[in-house]
Amino acid sequence: MADLLQFLVSGITVGAVYALLALGFTIIFNASDVVNFAQGEFVMLGGMITVFALAAGLPLGLAALIAIVLTAGIGVLLNKLAIEPARGAPVVSLIIITIGASIFIQGVAQIVFDKQIHRYPGISGDAPLRFAGATILPQSLWVIFGATAVFVALWLFFTRTLTGRAVLATANNRLAAALVGINTRYIMTLSFGLSAAIGALAGLLITPITLTSYDVGIPLALKGFAAAMLGGLGNPFGALVGGLLLGVLEALTAGYISSQYKDAVAFIVIIGVLFVMPQGLFGRKSTERV
Amino acid sequence: MRLSPKLVSLSVLALLALVAPMFFPSGFYYRIGALIFINGLAVTGLVILIGYAGQISLGHAGFAGIGAYACALAPVHLGLPPALAVVLGAALSAGLAWVVGRPILKLQGYYLAVATLGLGILISMVLTNESQWTRGPDGISVPDLGLRGVLADMGWRLTAGQFWYWFSALVLFIGAWLALNLHDSPTGRALRALHGSEVAARTVGVDVARLKLNAFVISAVYASVSGSLLAMMNRFVTPEIAGFMHSVEMVVMAVLGGVGSVLGAIFGAAILTALPQALTMFHEYEKLLLGAVMILVMIFLREGLLPSILRRFRGKEE
Repeated sequence: MADLLQFLVSGITVGAVYALLALGFTIIFNASDVVNFAQGEFVMLGGMITVFALAAGLPLGLAALIAIVLTAGIGVLLNKLAIEPARGAPVVSLIIITIGASIFIQGVAQIVFDKQIHRYPGISGDAPLRFAGATILPQSLWVIFGATAVFVALWLFFTRTLTGRAVLATANNRLAAALVGINTRYIMTLSFGLSAAIGALAGLLITPITLTSYDVGIPLALKGFAAAMLGGLGNPFGALVGGLLLGVLEALTAGYISSQYKDAVAFIVIIGVLFVMPQGLFGRKSTERV
Repeated sequence: MRLSPKLVSLSVLALLALVAPMFFPSGFYYRIGALIFINGLAVTGLVILIGYAGQISLGHAGFAGIGAYACALAPVHLGLPPALAVVLGAALSAGLAWVVGRPILKLQGYYLAVATLGLGILISMVLTNESQWTRGPDGISVPDLGLRGVLADMGWRLTAGQFWYWFSALVLFIGAWLALNLHDSPTGRALRALHGSEVAARTVGVDVARLKLNAFVISAVYASVSGSLLAMMNRFVTPEIAGFMHSVEMVVMAVLGGVGSVLGAIFGAAILTALPQALTMFHEYEKLLLGAVMILVMIFLREGLLPSILRRFRGKEE
């Protein structure tokens, strides 16, 4: 029982990060129909920039703020320099562009930063808390808290603000949104910035637990995408559920079946979901018009 | 008289392969040439899948891994001669592609990309983790093909580099010839038709599901043989051969040169294989450059390098 609780706690912690990644995918996909394979690099940047800002002697709060703002800026640049010029390109081209962006950002990161593995202490220290036989890192609670805060803030943003509703309208129908006066290019830029900032936040929260280096991005992006597909691509609520579910499945696999094949879970989930219910748990059924 | 594009492509390929060694300053260049041909073979398979049929795969390195490990394991555990191990690897790859292809190829666009990507990563994970067979991430040695010894007995002595240069050139030539024949055959036309519009192709009686599966299986065999050759040339293989980066490199080679044409794709393989060798002093910047090339080519030269260059030439003539 204590084992199960332990697995659930670590699963939910990692799952919260997957949920944030899946949310990042969702926001960009809704605004632009692009699946951004560079999403994992935002997580890497969030962790790495914080590491180097701390090493420069800045306090954690300021370092985190710099990491989020810089990463959001890189997200906006990615949209302006690589995605917008390729508007209307076939899906294969867009896949190669975003994977190219991912490799490019890694290439820059290994030069600007280094190739070492880094971590920094958790926000509330690293002394584990004991709870019903399971040990919980205080940083786990920060990760879960951070993810919850992001989801609540975004829900408020999408339902209570004019800009948020403009984003939803654009996601529904870009042409119709443009016709009622919404600046859809601005919405795309905003979506990339927002998505990158969320990725950076996930990265800087999880680094004390899972460590970071310049090449952690691609596996994370793939898992975040698996989570997004599990929940139904394009649905923020689905991203949350898909992320948590994937994290828990991984932790249970590592605990009860094989820790070597823990990373296989995400890909089995992807393939399974695609075969059985391609629209995911909460996605809308779509029919293609010819 | 106009020469058929097939004849032009094959002649250019043969001519380049025959003439290039005259300019090799050292034996090392044979090895790079062989690498280009071996990558070119995998990429030719992708031309059939991506260029003709319009289906993407981000997991073909998985099939290269199967081909490579068949050559490493079958001679030791099954006592097969290495040449038959290549055939066994190709058969395994074809079988796997046939079984998973049917459900996977119903998907389109991003979903197809991610499903094939997942397949490739699962294969590389098995190769990494089943270390009692594969010796895990450190890699495993591969037996010699044995053909070079046979040639030496017949009085034709070649260095390893020379042998692999000519042998892989021959295999690539055959592979390119088959792919070009396919292009002009009824099957090839049907594949290109479903690339244009699946619905339209289906309306005129093309069995879309079967043809997509055929293209997937054929391209898997190309990738598998290319993996076998690579493993036997290096006499060593690690699970990285099946990794995500290798899959991405294959697709980038194909798309960079021009995925619509066999010659273009091989041109892309040549550039992406030779460039890192030429730029070894910029090793630090390799990833940065690869990423930048991927983005720039997709934005500015969407059809790939070779078709874009050819068009410029033709434009001037007119």
